[in-house]
Amino acid sequence: MSRLQNTLANLKANGKTALIPYITAGDPEPNATLDLMHLLVEKGADIIELGVPFSDPMADGPVIQKAVERALEHNVSLDDVLEFVRVFRETNDKTPIVLMGYLNPVEAMGYEAFANAASSVGVDAILTVDMPPEESFGYKEALDSSGLDRIFLVSPTTPSSRLNAVNEKGSGFVYYVSLKGVTGSKELDVVDVEEQLNRLKQSITHPIGIGFGIKNAEMAYAMAKLGDAVIVGSSLVSLIEANASKGLYDVHLAIGEKMTEFREAIDRADANQ
Amino acid sequence: MTVEFSKFPDKNGHFGPYGGIFAPETLMAALEQLNQEYESVKTDPAFLSEIANDLRDYVGRPTPLYYAERWSKELGGAKIYLKREDLNHTGAHKVNNTIGQALLAKRLGKTRIIAETGAGQHGVASATVAARLGLECVVYMGADDVVRQSPNVARMKMLGAKVVAVESGSRTLKDALNEAMRDWVTNVDDTFYIIGTVAGPHPYPAMVRDFQAVIGEEAREQHLEKEGKLPDALLACVGGGSNAIGLFHKFLADESVKIYGVEPAGHGLETGEHAAPLSKGTPGVLHGNRTYLMQDKNGQILGTHSISAGLDYPGVGPEHSWLKDIGRVNYVAINDEEALQGFRDLTRFEGIIPALETSHAIAYATKLAPTMSPDQTIVINLSGRGDKDMNTIAQIEGFEF
Repeated sequence: MSRLQNTLANLKANGKTALIPYITAGDPEPNATLDLMHLLVEKGADIIELGVPFSDPMADGPVIQKAVERALEHNVSLDDVLEFVRVFRETNDKTPIVLMGYLNPVEAMGYEAFANAASSVGVDAILTVDMPPEESFGYKEALDSSGLDRIFLVSPTTPSSRLNAVNEKGSGFVYYVSLKGVTGSKELDVVDVEEQLNRLKQSITHPIGIGFGIKNAEMAYAMAKLGDAVIVGSSLVSLIEANASKGLYDVHLAIGEKMTEFREAIDRADANQ
Repeated sequence: MTVEFSKFPDKNGHFGPYGGIFAPETLMAALEQLNQEYESVKTDPAFLSEIANDLRDYVGRPTPLYYAERWSKELGGAKIYLKREDLNHTGAHKVNNTIGQALLAKRLGKTRIIAETGAGQHGVASATVAARLGLECVVYMGADDVVRQSPNVARMKMLGAKVVAVESGSRTLKDALNEAMRDWVTNVDDTFYIIGTVAGPHPYPAMVRDFQAVIGEEAREQHLEKEGKLPDALLACVGGGSNAIGLFHKFLADESVKIYGVEPAGHGLETGEHAAPLSKGTPGVLHGNRTYLMQDKNGQILGTHSISAGLDYPGVGPEHSWLKDIGRVNYVAINDEEALQGFRDLTRFEGIIPALETSHAIAYATKLAPTMSPDQTIVINLSGRGDKDMNTIAQIEGFEF
């Protein structure tokens, strides 16, 4: 069992829901990323989702688009992201790290070279939003042979007929995109998510993480009652944007406070389950 | 050549290693629905005759194949024929495709149309069919292109479309595509995305090609009638590559026909400031398909430059990538200066003002024709008219507009 699978299995055995925060690597500047990763863990992250900057983030809303632009102003590359993970692992070998981004930087490096490099620095899984299971030929094999988990997305529009392929090609967890839209948009409909999860659970045997549109404690509480993991991104990244000009100390205060809010809400949901 | 061109792409949209469906999960069901609908109607006589009627009575097809006699004699080589797509309603080849996709949108019960546009020709063609069918229409256009192609912005607004100026990234066509994708992901239930070129996730590259293939179908017949033989060479400009594929497709199996796709070399291929992925790029994945891209070694997409907004794009349709690799089409490049001279030449010798995009193909003809003999012929796809470029030209030539 991989570190990611182990983490999720242990949490489940203890009746806990995972909290998975997302930040874009290199945002607002490269030297902020490692400290932010450690802060996320300190404030209750079970798993970290680390965004790999890409010039054309077509599935992301304005908040994460701007984060990516801030990182790319410093030319943060996939190599740099792997280096962040390597250094992070010098002091933390427990918290799984999922890289999230788009396929092209991985293509440019080459599937095998990427899989080898990522697994050797301590990356646990990869999620590329523009790589559906249907196109994963070669990619799946490369990640498999390096022991990396492959996270695929499922959305409200995913027909039940495709769920088996997602289940078969994916590992670690399945990421349920809880709304039709880009990251950070709209409000979630809790009843709709519940119905969708019931449908998903008939085909998906992996843990299910819920993300897109979870902005506050109330929503995190509701989602923790439904899924195995709650993924929060834009709400944290917007705090980085709002506080970056004041300095990294203020960024840490704001992120720490928001993480605590999410963690407490999720713990409360688990206690009431 | 033993390639059976009509068998490509395969059922998953692959042209060799290129093409495919690299799309966010939320769109996968919509793409599958579109694919099934398109597969079921593309051989349906009722659908095909509806398109044929619209192309005849609304668009004005067939477009003429015109012998540019004075210009040909000036160049002193091959006879040059122009396939007059500029004479289509709305002034370019783009409408051939929007007519077809709008009919599909109607069949799928979609009430809202979105489109991306560079030069604005596809935006105008989309706004036009939306007006005719009474559909809501939103067009995404890079903020820089909104300025340099302002006549087309005005046309779209008059037609009732909402034009959204995209301020992100490089503020050109690729960013318009990103924004259109974001809209589609958000409004997938009621919205049909009319992609304007032979790129994007399957089935778009194949579907847009099929809608544009009428260009080559007519040109082939017209040339046979006028000359009693096939042309010796075909020329078309390539941005995303829809006018080029439209002309080329019906000739791919004719080995004697040499085919040239002309990319924009901008300030020069050696400067890096161009939009010529087939000449200088490497394969990668962007906007739903695998194809040649302008990218750095880390897989970040590079900014592009071309004097023509419609060619100012870092990718290209996947079928072109494949045709390059198998050697069926020669891809060459023409820089901004040469394109401008092509623009002046056609205007002064033939009284036809071409689009700046098309002027790249014109300029290459001035190099190719003199190397050929007077009993040989070239067919150029005159993909659009230049009215939209008057601002740019006036500025460069230094006259009041």
